[in-house]
Amino acid sequence: MGLNELTIHELQDKIKKKDVSARAILDDVFKRIDAVEGKVHSYITLMRDSAYDAAESADRDIRAGKANTLTGIPVAIKDIMCTKGVRTTCGSHILHNFTPPYDATVVKKLKEAGAVFVGKANMDEFAMGSSTETSWFGVTRNPWDLERIPGGSSGGSASAVAADQCIAATGSDTGGSIRQPAALCGVVGLKPTYGRVSRFGLIAFASSLDQIGPFTKDVEDCAIMMNVIAGYDPMESTSVPMEVPDYQSFIGKDIRGWTVGIPKEYFIEGIDPEVEGAVRKAIAVLEGLGAKRVDISLPHTEYCLAVYYVIAPAEASSNLARYDGVKYGYRSADGRDLLEMYKRTRSEGFGAEVKRRIMIGTYALSSGYYDAYYRKASQVRTLIKRDFQEAFKTCDVIITPTSPTPAFRIGEKTDDPLQMYLSDIFTISTNLAGIPGISVPCGYTKSGLPIGVQFLAGHFEESRLLQVAHAYEKHSGIRRRRPVI
Amino acid sequence: MSYETVIGLEVHAQLLTNAKIFCGCSTRFGAEPNRNTCQICLGMPGVLPVLNRKVVEFTIKMALATHCRINRLESFARKNYFYPDLPKGYQISQYAHPLAENGYIDILMDGQKKRIGITRIHMEEDAGKLIHDERNPWSYVDFNRTGVPLIEIVSEPDMRSPEEAAEYLRRLRDILVYLEICDGNMEEGSFRCDANVSLRPRGAEAFGTRTELKNMNSFRNVQRALEYEVKRQQYILESGGEVIQETRLWDDAQGQTHSMRGKEEAHDYRYFPDPDLVPILISSEWVEEVLKTLPELQLEKQDRFVAQYGIPVYDASVLTTTRALADFYEETVRLCGKPKIAGNWVMGDLLRYLNEEKRDIKESPVTPNHVAEMINLIEDGTISGKIAKEVFEAMYRSSKKPADIVREKGLTQITDEGAVVKAIEEAMSKNPTQLAEYRAGKEKLFAFFVGQVMKVTKGKANPQLVNDLLKKMLSGL
Repeated sequence: MGLNELTIHELQDKIKKKDVSARAILDDVFKRIDAVEGKVHSYITLMRDSAYDAAESADRDIRAGKANTLTGIPVAIKDIMCTKGVRTTCGSHILHNFTPPYDATVVKKLKEAGAVFVGKANMDEFAMGSSTETSWFGVTRNPWDLERIPGGSSGGSASAVAADQCIAATGSDTGGSIRQPAALCGVVGLKPTYGRVSRFGLIAFASSLDQIGPFTKDVEDCAIMMNVIAGYDPMESTSVPMEVPDYQSFIGKDIRGWTVGIPKEYFIEGIDPEVEGAVRKAIAVLEGLGAKRVDISLPHTEYCLAVYYVIAPAEASSNLARYDGVKYGYRSADGRDLLEMYKRTRSEGFGAEVKRRIMIGTYALSSGYYDAYYRKASQVRTLIKRDFQEAFKTCDVIITPTSPTPAFRIGEKTDDPLQMYLSDIFTISTNLAGIPGISVPCGYTKSGLPIGVQFLAGHFEESRLLQVAHAYEKHSGIRRRRPVI
Repeated sequence: MSYETVIGLEVHAQLLTNAKIFCGCSTRFGAEPNRNTCQICLGMPGVLPVLNRKVVEFTIKMALATHCRINRLESFARKNYFYPDLPKGYQISQYAHPLAENGYIDILMDGQKKRIGITRIHMEEDAGKLIHDERNPWSYVDFNRTGVPLIEIVSEPDMRSPEEAAEYLRRLRDILVYLEICDGNMEEGSFRCDANVSLRPRGAEAFGTRTELKNMNSFRNVQRALEYEVKRQQYILESGGEVIQETRLWDDAQGQTHSMRGKEEAHDYRYFPDPDLVPILISSEWVEEVLKTLPELQLEKQDRFVAQYGIPVYDASVLTTTRALADFYEETVRLCGKPKIAGNWVMGDLLRYLNEEKRDIKESPVTPNHVAEMINLIEDGTISGKIAKEVFEAMYRSSKKPADIVREKGLTQITDEGAVVKAIEEAMSKNPTQLAEYRAGKEKLFAFFVGQVMKVTKGKANPQLVNDLLKKMLSGL
């Protein structure tokens, strides 16, 4: 078994005992990357040279007894987070040559914790998609079935963790972009509360919804990653100055006496029976651990998708205005004047899905339509938030499927944006409400595709999520499999 | 038909904070292009704004000075449009919820007070600057100004003539300068003005169609552009035409306004609340605190100077042009106790020297101490008023104390009778012809002899003494 197959906490033990070196861990990671990357395509940019430099410095720290939380741990960074001196593309042609002059706060925190960056993970262009098929750099394939998508937008991060091409990864989640690929690739993915993890240096898609979170092989690793990346950032106005608990301390605590809410709106027609079955089994496991189940209702659920597809494109249409060919990134060579330069740069630089959302958002914000779309959507968003506030008066956590289906085939939904959008139907409400959500593996389909279960909790209750997710993981009785590539 | 002019102004004032509105970059004017920039004001991917609270404080000051209502919650909106000097593709501004609303300022027209309403004051970030190169087919962008804090002050359409508009603008600038939140420099662009103008038949209620005027970079140009535009609209209306709602640019060289864009081409800015900034609560404690720091404003100070120092209104208005000048004057008066004379020296010699070198009163090489001491030297007869002019200039050039200058240059007034008599004798003996003419009745020559005596004494003779003795001696008494 290669060192690349271990978890953070397993490697921490070995590092502490000086059983392994950072270099040896990295060797195994790159051995695996060299073997499977050609098939999976998890990465846009590999950082081999700087990774070995970082491993060397990690080994010096280890020998000096100065190992930090993530010293020597190979981590993949979604290519939406700025990395100083390392190309950051956001999966887009328009940023294919952009090298940031600064590190995102999360990147800085990971560096300070000793993490070794393996590479920049593939993603849907500007995080707009649920399959990584909109990446300008080509699709990422699901390690469990190379004919299938890994989910998205953080598909590269999910597949890299699932295929042991790194130990952990970062992702970003605007409507499910961490949890859905985590479910489809059989790994753990957490979207924290809005304001819990700094967005500074995260290339904005929809500013009021975006949130960075970890991809890990198990729940304990997720807690370790959260301990590193969570916390107030004075560089971000929407960051919340609240104390960060020691998330790892909730690992191993029981959930006896907890109430688990089951929202009826999330167990609906169209949900894959194998997915539903696996989630119902998970509910039974929790009951076996002494939790009580309660049926709840989130009455405005049916509006979530519509609200999301007004608010997210509206914000995106403004956030993406800066890619105009003037300062950085791609510029069309053909423009004869300013207007033509703008038009050609943006026509050639953005892909179809990004353009579709810019147009939807521009329309929704236009004078005369603002009230009917953006304002109305914002009002309904408040109702959705209230649904959850009400629900959490009667339960500690909510349980739902993460995605209505397991991984679908490449190309299956690319011609039908609405079908693609439905893939995030169970994850979007979380972002609209700003609450945290975690996806944990809960079994496999008959054909061997992973299934994920989602837990939701109130604002800043990531610790609860980690507690219930870990209790479930430990007692689910599901043997962890590894994809054969 | 007789028409009434209706004018409203939109003023943009750059705030004198040290840092930009959403990042820590310097706001200093005149730095090398793109020196005062960082990833935030350059609009790099991933950056976020954090509000500089000083900007809010300065805006509250202006709101209080213009009697506005201050909204409790301040929030920002994005104004979306594409232009190379706007790195994010949107300007962070305020839209639905400006910081302040419903205020006014008073202006004086022919000694009459007139009240001009302030519709709103809001905060926003400035854009960069394009530099076009005539010889090359490309342009440069300087982002130093990007993110420099601005307040936009929108007036009600309360002005009825270009003169009123110019007076409102001057008064507004005075207030900003007094509050020390803006340097009010129109030429450098730290104080900018757009105008909305329309005409309506005298007595009518409804407004006529307005045009918006831009590109007027001095007080004089604002007035000229408005005068031109009023005439232009009047000509259109009188010849039976219709004014088109449009934006027009003032062309200084031609002295005309030209159409820039029509109503149809007006931008749809797609305003929406900026999700990157949270609303901040403006507590009444904060407003109270700012209120405590509010200085006496110009009109109040002017009235007080007239009452307290007994100086003419004109003098008081000049001496209160800026807070620093008023402070200089008051300190001088405090030290010498002669308000009228102090006023003359400050308004006369000091301002003349400063203006010649385009220096601010804050950079004056002469202090209130200097001026007061010099006035005391005149008062106690050490030097004459005429010599004082020379002392003042030396003082200005060297920053030396007046007493030292008088001593070093030997400028002490000659008050010794014997010395003056000797000088008169010399003047008389050198000019026998004039003496004879004077004695024959040509009394106008008296002034000639005063001059001669002053020449002999290098101007140091006490003028009163010279007068008295000369009269006697010329008459041969």
